Amino acid sequence: MSVSICRSSQGSVRDALSPDERGLDERDRAIVLATQAGLPLVPDPWGAVGRELGLTGEEVLARMRAMEARGVIRRIAAVPNHYRLGYVANGMTVWDVDDAEVERLGREVAAIEGVSHCYRRPRHLPHWPYNLFAMLHGRSREEVESQAEALRARLGEACRDHRILYSSRILKKTGLRLARRAPQA
Amino acid sequence: MSLAELDGVDRRLINRLQEGLPLVARPYAAVAEALGVTEGDLLYRLERLRESGMLSRFGPMYHAERLGGGLTLAALAVPEPDFERVVEAVNAFPEVAHNYRREHALNMWFVLATETPARIGEVIAAIEAATGLPVFNMPKEEEFHVRLHLPV
Repeated sequence: MSVSICRSSQGSVRDALSPDERGLDERDRAIVLATQAGLPLVPDPWGAVGRELGLTGEEVLARMRAMEARGVIRRIAAVPNHYRLGYVANGMTVWDVDDAEVERLGREVAAIEGVSHCYRRPRHLPHWPYNLFAMLHGRSREEVESQAEALRARLGEACRDHRILYSSRILKKTGLRLARRAPQA
Repeated sequence: MSLAELDGVDRRLINRLQEGLPLVARPYAAVAEALGVTEGDLLYRLERLRESGMLSRFGPMYHAERLGGGLTLAALAVPEPDFERVVEAVNAFPEVAHNYRREHALNMWFVLATETPARIGEVIAAIEAATGLPVFNMPKEEEFHVRLHLPV
């Protein structure tokens, strides 16, 4: 991925950002760049990042706390490899849910055990009637199907149709990456 | 390293660190204490899990939109004989962060991550030109939940 932030030369981009985004300065950006591939596995990771950037470990930690408080950092965590950990059935479940109910039901479905991501997305009629997406992960398709049944029960009459789209091949997985340098153009 | 080789400590470590590392001065020591192991043992195990690919990565999970970028999910209905050609054409775009084959008429699903929200439309038009196929753009309209947790 190449994302650039804090481009003061581009007024239109900056103006489109929310106050949260305008709160990121060049030091924050340097910390993002230094840690997006991973956090150092040493007793004092903040100090290790700081040494690379010419900042103190205390400042790195304080800035990362502030970014977490603003939701720029969702959390600092281990990202499991689904397949290696035995989760060989990964299903994107998609649901055609009444527009008047999808807001409330989306929240309820998202809280069901096993749902990792849950979003409302646009339909593309007539090809694609589904407006609610929930990712499920299981050690078998039977496990995913039983989770999907719990979602189906929760959605009830408001859901007209659904599908489970299993991933059958990873074609690319590089993840999100900020550009090393903001483009000048 | 395989799933069968994970011992109880590895499993507790994987489960605990999917929830998150605390933002404190010695974060690994804090987690190690909670798990009843030494900081050195925890770091050794974590490195081994990462190196062996049991964990895809370990570190901060950044929120793309809050970093000022654009993000969307998009799909293509690729005719089977053209599949490999289209994989190559789509993956050649650096903005394609993930791409999965899925079992449906819409058989290719990819995430686009761009420098700016406005760039999403340009990349979609370029992918349509490169593949000759219409792209179904499905940006999130609302996020109800994002928290991957796979207990082992």
